[in-house]
Amino acid sequence: MQLQDFEKLFQQKIDTEIKVEPKDWMPDAYRKTLVRQISQHAHSEIVGMLPEGNWISRAPSLKRKAILIAKVQDEAGHGLYLYSACETLGTSREETINDLNSGKAKYSSIFNYPTLTWADMGAIGWLVDGAAILNQVMLCRTSYGPYARAMVRICKEESFHQRQGFDILLTLCKGTDAQKAMCQDAINRWWWPSLMMFGPKDSESTNTDQSMKWKIKRKTNDELRQQFVDMCAEQVKILNMTLPDEHLKWNAQTQHYDFGEIDWSEFWNVVKGNGPCNKERLEARRKAHEDGAWVREAAAAYAEKKTSKQQSQAA
Amino acid sequence: MQLFIKKYYYGDIPDDNSGGADNITSNKNEKDWPLWEVFIRSKQGLDHKHAGSLHAADAQMAIENARDVYTRRNEGVSIWVVESKYIHASNPDDAESFYEPATDKIYRHPTFYDLPDELKHM
Repeated sequence: MQLQDFEKLFQQKIDTEIKVEPKDWMPDAYRKTLVRQISQHAHSEIVGMLPEGNWISRAPSLKRKAILIAKVQDEAGHGLYLYSACETLGTSREETINDLNSGKAKYSSIFNYPTLTWADMGAIGWLVDGAAILNQVMLCRTSYGPYARAMVRICKEESFHQRQGFDILLTLCKGTDAQKAMCQDAINRWWWPSLMMFGPKDSESTNTDQSMKWKIKRKTNDELRQQFVDMCAEQVKILNMTLPDEHLKWNAQTQHYDFGEIDWSEFWNVVKGNGPCNKERLEARRKAHEDGAWVREAAAAYAEKKTSKQQSQAA
Repeated sequence: MQLFIKKYYYGDIPDDNSGGADNITSNKNEKDWPLWEVFIRSKQGLDHKHAGSLHAADAQMAIENARDVYTRRNEGVSIWVVESKYIHASNPDDAESFYEPATDKIYRHPTFYDLPDELKHM
């Protein structure tokens, strides 16, 4: 069979909703796209622990502290599900992690923003995790089996993240004037970066939509973003807070909320490494990796010693 | 200013450098711990089912890591781990011929037999 025939068969398989599994033939570009997307997604979970880790020691109560620890632990777990899905495509774990630490690989820009107040823990849960969930629910049906299965697992756990975030904000918005102001301030700072999580507008995309054709992705950036805006515009009313967008308005014709223009220069600036925390995040990851080196070495040495002992006993 | 905006998906950011250091101090002698496949029995009476994989230095660590990664919400009552290199698998390219013997034997299914409706308990 010619390469084109393989590609045709592959597309037929995708079109008939048959999942692709690790050992199946797949076009190189499909594999490459997935490796990039899954590893970036994994890195996002791992780096995503940092802004919240910042508040574990300062959570206002033991209950909140326990919840936050559980959430951060989930994120480590989600990173690991995704790293192992990525590995099924023939990359090594070490290589993937080195790409993050060297700055070669990307992660979601949202984690390059600082967490200034406790209310940020609420806003992250509600808005950032809320935006992530919309993407992830869609990805549960992605065409690559291991990625889809990791996503199903993640989605099951993620809804607790969003609910605990909303719960934090709900508590603050019933509090003192200072607490209310803190809540509104966090929403103001996280709203636009959350909208940016969905990526550029569909109309500004120059390349053909291969990811949609391969069913890696099933909804466009704008579709997901609109869904998110519609959702949050209603939810924010329960908090008696507002979203920082004067153009936000219900449109009876489209049955959706209209909203203002995103500042794309800020978006690209953060992607390119000039966000408020890009450097700090990477340094924290690198330090953790380097500080952990002796643990990895010791565990490997111990495992080796045990194996050689077993072998000498057997002999 | 010329700005090329490529389709940017969540977790799909273009490949150029994000501003980190170009070289990373990585110990080249340091090897990945072996990969383990994890199987979990969700409750007594059910089979162990493949949950995913992880890295660990030895079996004990693999089981403990599997507990932390795959059973944070009581998903399991028993864990099996096996080093991935010991798993042998059928070849998907041969699937058609490999499973062919089963496809034309419809008489192996109970619905193949057209029996009278009066017949009960069968």
